[in-house]
Amino acid sequence: MYCEVIKAPWSSNSGRAVVCNNWLFTVSSELCLSFIQDAMLQKQWKRAAEFLTFYVESLEKDFSREPIIWRIGSEILRHHPDSSVKEFNTFIEPMKTLSVKRYLKVCLEHAFYLLHNGLIDEAYQNLSLAESWRFGEQTVIQDKELKLIQAYMGLLDYYKWSKQKNILLEDDLSVEQEMHSCFRKAAVNLKEIIKIPGVWDQFVKCYVDMLEFYGDHNEARQVLNEYAYNPKFPANPNAHVYLYQFLKRHGESKKSLISVLKILHDIVPSHELMIDFNTMLQKSKKRKRRRLGLEVIFTALDYAGCKENVKAWSCLARQVKQIVISEKHLAWIKQEWNSRKDWWPAFHFSHYLAKKNWQENESLSYEKALVAGILLGRGNTKFSFLFTT
Amino acid sequence: MEEKEATRDFNERCAQCSEVNWGLTDGGRFYCRSCHNVTEKITEVENTDFTSNIRIQTVSKGLRKQEKTDGGCEWYVCEGFQFVLRKQAEALEALGVCPQMKDEVLWNFWRCYLQKTKQAYCDRPAGETVRPLSVCDSSTDVDSDPERLSLLYSSLSESEGDLQTDCSFVSSTSKVSESTSVRSRSGSVDGSLYLMKNPKEKLRMTMPMTLSFCYMALLWVRETMTLSELLRFVFEGHIPYLNVFQHFPEKMKLRGPDIKIFCVESWPSYEEVFNKMHELAAFLDLPRFPDITDSCFLHPDMLCMKYLMEANLPDEMHNWTCRVVKKTCIGEVDFLTLVPGNKSTRKVKYDVLAAAVIVVTTFCVLLISFTCSQPKMCMFYSDGPYFELKKWYKVLKCTLDVEQKKLDERRAKYLWRCEKPLFYSAKKKSKVLKRRQIVVNLQNQFGRLSGSVQPAEKPNPSSFQLSWSEENTDGSCFHGHSLKGILQEKRGLLTAMNPRYWLCTLKLCNEKLCGHLAHYGEADFPQSYHFVLRLFSFLLRIEPSYIHDEVCMIEHKLFNKKLRKKTKYKTGPRK
Repeated sequence: MYCEVIKAPWSSNSGRAVVCNNWLFTVSSELCLSFIQDAMLQKQWKRAAEFLTFYVESLEKDFSREPIIWRIGSEILRHHPDSSVKEFNTFIEPMKTLSVKRYLKVCLEHAFYLLHNGLIDEAYQNLSLAESWRFGEQTVIQDKELKLIQAYMGLLDYYKWSKQKNILLEDDLSVEQEMHSCFRKAAVNLKEIIKIPGVWDQFVKCYVDMLEFYGDHNEARQVLNEYAYNPKFPANPNAHVYLYQFLKRHGESKKSLISVLKILHDIVPSHELMIDFNTMLQKSKKRKRRRLGLEVIFTALDYAGCKENVKAWSCLARQVKQIVISEKHLAWIKQEWNSRKDWWPAFHFSHYLAKKNWQENESLSYEKALVAGILLGRGNTKFSFLFTT
Repeated sequence: MEEKEATRDFNERCAQCSEVNWGLTDGGRFYCRSCHNVTEKITEVENTDFTSNIRIQTVSKGLRKQEKTDGGCEWYVCEGFQFVLRKQAEALEALGVCPQMKDEVLWNFWRCYLQKTKQAYCDRPAGETVRPLSVCDSSTDVDSDPERLSLLYSSLSESEGDLQTDCSFVSSTSKVSESTSVRSRSGSVDGSLYLMKNPKEKLRMTMPMTLSFCYMALLWVRETMTLSELLRFVFEGHIPYLNVFQHFPEKMKLRGPDIKIFCVESWPSYEEVFNKMHELAAFLDLPRFPDITDSCFLHPDMLCMKYLMEANLPDEMHNWTCRVVKKTCIGEVDFLTLVPGNKSTRKVKYDVLAAAVIVVTTFCVLLISFTCSQPKMCMFYSDGPYFELKKWYKVLKCTLDVEQKKLDERRAKYLWRCEKPLFYSAKKKSKVLKRRQIVVNLQNQFGRLSGSVQPAEKPNPSSFQLSWSEENTDGSCFHGHSLKGILQEKRGLLTAMNPRYWLCTLKLCNEKLCGHLAHYGEADFPQSYHFVLRLFSFLLRIEPSYIHDEVCMIEHKLFNKKLRKKTKYKTGPRK
């Protein structure tokens, strides 16, 4: 929804409705707009369309309303039961021409709409038309939109490439050639867009996928490193995840994997990869890493997301048990438990939860019981009944 | 007497071109329109005087040069306004106004105006000097010039008492060509000059003023139409106003400055039209208007009756409104009748006054207030149900909200676009047309998606906006209700229950300084008062503050003596 909130004049207060005759064109337009907005909020698309019919009058007098009309019109056409792709196309074309300043933006939105409706080829056509648009100074001003258009073209080229990849058979030269040309086109555009600081998850993934296919691991690694570590880029946990997955796929050393995951642990302690991280760290011979592993798993379980995660609990259970049995580094547990002893019992080991877990998920219950037993002492825990077995 | 009428019976063939196509010159002579041959035949002139010195004739088209480029002809701004007035008068006639208003009164006012502003009907044009031809003019200017000048001289030579018409329109400033008229050679001759004139000087004619003229004429003949009704009819489209210039004759083309003059983008306000009317009346040196007596529609007693019905209030209240009117002397002939130029009397807004009387009666005399203890049940006595304010409020509020919403929707849907596209210059024409096409396409597309919605119909012109019928079984009509529940018997007479009253304001403001007699602040009055003001505000389509002014004025008249005595009268916020 792109409309600004405009208060309907009659609903303001009881005493003073706008009743006088003297109102200007702008007032009646604002009134009309508020009716449209109300109708849209109540999903009365026919009524919204009705008022829009009158509102578009203002196009002739007040050019500043063009973007509102474009937005409202698009929104109505997206939801109206009688609307169709054809209707939308009919609507959007003049919107493009109404204002040079908005041309590329409207083209882009049009492409999104087509993609949303599964019309990939039409979207591609639109994008390439838009890409070839030149309008003097405007081309420079609308540079961002142009880059986005190119980026999405890259994405669609990737999509074509991957389709061809799937149907590729041996000695199928034409398909292969087409596939390669798609790759080239896609690569150019995707590479360009991921240079710009921003969040480009999908683009990065696609690009890396292609690079891997063609065996260009170096380039792929470089891209992922850039994406994860370049300080100009916004902090993005996914960047680290992609990097980690790539490194894992290519059998990189534990050291490098750990360093990536460590950063992820700092950014998103509750990430599901933390479980893998802990597993990796537990096995390590280095004391420091094992220590880190404990910290990682405890931190992960601080968050509600992992509360019912059996694997997480089993990791914790295993490590804690191992420490207790070995009677080494009990201090680690004490350290971790110190800051948690006040609230973990209520958070994880309440009577209610105990019952619930036992009813719903036995293995979870078992793991938790183990941990609880160790942390709280057998007698204190509500799980004590489990230890009678 | 119309030109057509006069020339209708004259079927002789022209001596020069053998056509039968006659027109009337300003001197009242017949001339052939095809070849401009002037004959000796003179028409009879009817003498419908208005003031003694002026002999009135129709404004004929006269010797007009047809312009070449776009089939347009030369025309003057006041002719445009004349056309507008004519259309409005015709519409009023169609609404039932007496023909006398159009044929005599309005036209006389208009002619008087033209004379006073020296646009016509006078000896010489309003003192503009001849300016040299602009260099870029084509040779056609030179051709028309000598002819025009000769007309000018011929009109000057005519003796006083005779009438000049178009000739004196020929102000030589028509030669001041702005680039727009040079290129297109159409549009009004004096459009841009018109806009350059100081608007305060000599009451320059504007679109809202056409309504002032209409109202003035309606008042003169004491028609049963108030100003608020007139404006409402304008809004509802029964009286041409908004895009009336679209219906100008084909040959009167509009360009540039004309658009600014004739194309309006807002509805005229009551105040504007009202004040201009008074200025006009004074400017035209009109005598005292025909008396507004108690049998006239505009008299507060009559209007109160109408508004009481419309507001669904008991008929019995009429006795009380009449008493208020009598007590405050606002029913006097001298108070109500308009005397132009008299600055000592307050200009009377008949409709607002009547509404204010009802408000005062409701709150003051009957001291109806929501906090007053009222019998909870509707008491039925042999003489019918008692009036209960709370019930009335519920019914009216419901109706008012619905009607207000309808009105707002109508306003929101108002099509400001006119059928003929306007453009200020030929360059922009293609852009404008292209944009128009886009708008039309959009409207078609979304019109289809609106479903089976009926187009906003023009409501039938009606004097009453709300109507209540006693036949309704839901008891929503309060006309027949009795006020006995509110009044009490005292010594055999019904009087208001509580003689104490809370004034709106202790002292009235100076209207000339701040525009209002009193200031309508929301916090100062109870919801009941707001509601009643809102109701009449809706009916009359004016801001509640104006009604409040009149209410204060009436209150002060009503309690004049008591105020003067300065007795211990409680003032302050009403309960």
